[in-house]
Amino acid sequence: MNFSDLLSGSFQQGLGTSAIVYCLAAIGLNIHFGYTGLLNFGQAAFMAVGGYTMAMLVVQWDISLWLAMLVGLVLAALLALLLGIPTLRLRADYLAIVTIAAAEIVRQLYGSIALKKYFGAQDGLTSFSADFRALNPFSGPVDLGFVSWSKDDAWVVLAGWVTIALCCLLVWLLMRSPWGRVLKSIREDEDAVRSLGKNVYAYKMQALMIGGMIGALAGFFTALKSAAMNPTFVATDVTFFAYTVLLIGGAARVLGPVVGAVIFWFLLTFLDLFLSAATDDEGSVLIPEAIMTNQQASLMRFIVMGLALMLLMIFRPQGIFGDRRELAIDGR
Amino acid sequence: MRIPALGLLSLVLLPLLLLAGPSHAATASAAPGAPANCAKADRDDGTIHVRVCLRDRRGNANDPVAGVTVRVSDLDGNPIGEAVSDADGLADVNLGEVIDVLGQRYVIEIDTETLPEGTALQNPKDVKRTTEQFQLETDYSVTFPIDDKIEEPSDWDLALNLLATGLVYSAILAMAALGLNMVFGTTGLTNFAHGELMTFGALIAFAIDSMPGEISLFGHDYSVLVACLVGFLASGVFGWLNDKGLWAPLRRRGTGVIAMMIISIGLSIFLRNSYQYLVGGENRNYSQYTDLQPYEIGALRITSLQITVFCIAIGVLVAACCLLQFTRLGKATRAVADNPALAASSGINVDRVINRVWIFGTALAGLSGALLGVTQGFNFQVGYKALLLVFAAVTLGGLGTIWGAIAGAFIIGIFIELSTLVVPDELKYVGALVVLIVVLLIRPQGILGRRERIG
Repeated sequence: MNFSDLLSGSFQQGLGTSAIVYCLAAIGLNIHFGYTGLLNFGQAAFMAVGGYTMAMLVVQWDISLWLAMLVGLVLAALLALLLGIPTLRLRADYLAIVTIAAAEIVRQLYGSIALKKYFGAQDGLTSFSADFRALNPFSGPVDLGFVSWSKDDAWVVLAGWVTIALCCLLVWLLMRSPWGRVLKSIREDEDAVRSLGKNVYAYKMQALMIGGMIGALAGFFTALKSAAMNPTFVATDVTFFAYTVLLIGGAARVLGPVVGAVIFWFLLTFLDLFLSAATDDEGSVLIPEAIMTNQQASLMRFIVMGLALMLLMIFRPQGIFGDRRELAIDGR
Repeated sequence: MRIPALGLLSLVLLPLLLLAGPSHAATASAAPGAPANCAKADRDDGTIHVRVCLRDRRGNANDPVAGVTVRVSDLDGNPIGEAVSDADGLADVNLGEVIDVLGQRYVIEIDTETLPEGTALQNPKDVKRTTEQFQLETDYSVTFPIDDKIEEPSDWDLALNLLATGLVYSAILAMAALGLNMVFGTTGLTNFAHGELMTFGALIAFAIDSMPGEISLFGHDYSVLVACLVGFLASGVFGWLNDKGLWAPLRRRGTGVIAMMIISIGLSIFLRNSYQYLVGGENRNYSQYTDLQPYEIGALRITSLQITVFCIAIGVLVAACCLLQFTRLGKATRAVADNPALAASSGINVDRVINRVWIFGTALAGLSGALLGVTQGFNFQVGYKALLLVFAAVTLGGLGTIWGAIAGAFIIGIFIELSTLVVPDELKYVGALVVLIVVLLIRPQGILGRRERIG
């Protein structure tokens, strides 16, 4: 086992394309959960709508990728409207149930054989990223010493971190505005805000739509990073990966999702690479097969993630940067 | 020996080819299964033909079918030509000069009236096939397999059978929904790990069932039933463990409901993947009841397993409702669900009641999972896949209500099965989840829920 390989592989993921996708998804969740207290368990649905709309419009109708992205953002906002109308007046668990159901509906529809001619069923969609790649400023692989990316990946990484910076700026500006303060007070005490004459329902809806649109951005990068869109990319668990990312960094903090994504993917990849090397038949086997096979090692990331999500929420719900007082979220 | 094996191969390949569409069908006839006379003929007269092979595949045979009319038309429906299959089962239609045919697409249609008595196309919906654009100057060969005519059951018969399947499924769903609603009613927690509690029951039952030897009584093998019973009991212990180990300490710390929901999500991911770690990802069957001959009662076809599962589930549901309605513990449970503070002040030990509810609710979920495993086969996400339907059921019936959970489960379970009359099978769960969202729009408290719980 080569530890420098492990480290560089982990950095590769921690700064790379996966971290970007989950960082964007978590920024969207931060607006929902961190600032407004909305329990959106279906961020994967917004990602799916974003990614699939973009890919489908380019592949089937041959329109410009950028226009397709715009349509994707609009549809994500519409999905938020659709999910918000029945649930935002109700208690938090209704939104949670409806959004997780929506994520499953969307995923099954995109993967269905009935709609194969539009969305390609389980095969998904490919060859839509030409417009994006045409703008690639890199002419060859990029090597930063401890990490290196192929030409295409480097462009996704650059564009991704720029998008994240812009989203963070947006969140920062929004949350120091009077609008953002209303959101935070809704999280603290909805009835008090209502008594001040604010339309809580409208504010919640706006927050749900903006967060959903950032979720759609995450969907765009999901599709662009592998130049393909596929129902497995937007499985229900994706949302909870994003929650873990958000809770590691700290909810209700502008940079929380960024720090969370880097740390989460660094640790997860490190664990993954370590265990797969430790159980590999080829090298020196550290862990005997009776305890863990190579196949079982690939499950450890999910087991650890589930455990991490529980323990974080129990012992340190504010994450690394968060403020515990800001996260006294209670059931409503 | 060679021909039947090849015929079998083409039979296996056929559904794939049908899915893949006409472009692949063209190559299909060149596959080893097709007899020589269906392959492209050696002609050199500057025309392109469509060569349709009709093959009788009954009983693994591959015999030619003569006297079947085949029509070819263009995409607008204008007829191009027709032919009747000869003794070799070949109908050959001349499309015309190469120059006219290239770049065109055609529709090949079988006149099903002319098929021999008692036969039909193997896939009755496969009467028409549309070709790809012709690109090469070669003939287009395609094979239509013919098989016994299967009497299509009428919609009513189909609905009756789906209703029976739906009832069995609903009864299983109702146990899980009742378990979820009891916990929700007393603690306010929407437990996203409830699906894993169901899988736990199925897992224990599977482990007991796969132990060597069988458990028999009076000469009958009752292994699976005993395994389900053990799964039920073990789930109760698991519920006690869940509450004592996790939820009771959290309640004492005053953890909020939203935080608890996220913790339950973490628990769900942790448990589900641990199950896969232990038993792997394959689908497995329990040792009994996998290949049952159904009873036929009129148009209804139902297996003894379905009847048994339904009776067990209904029995357990009735017992559970009686317990909640008439015993001291049941009354205490309902009191805690109604108003914990008031219940505590009138001398009820709220924490102990909640602990009993966890034991009982998890045992119900475990039994439901075990029975689901027996009817559908067991894998590590048998409960997880049902979780959203359980949610749909309790939301429809009313979160936290006892009768609502049961009513909701029956509506959802029957709806899922009956909806396959109109929607494709793969999308049947989607319909149920759409119902869930629509219900929240119209009547958020559910059918039997009360207004004040939702706001």
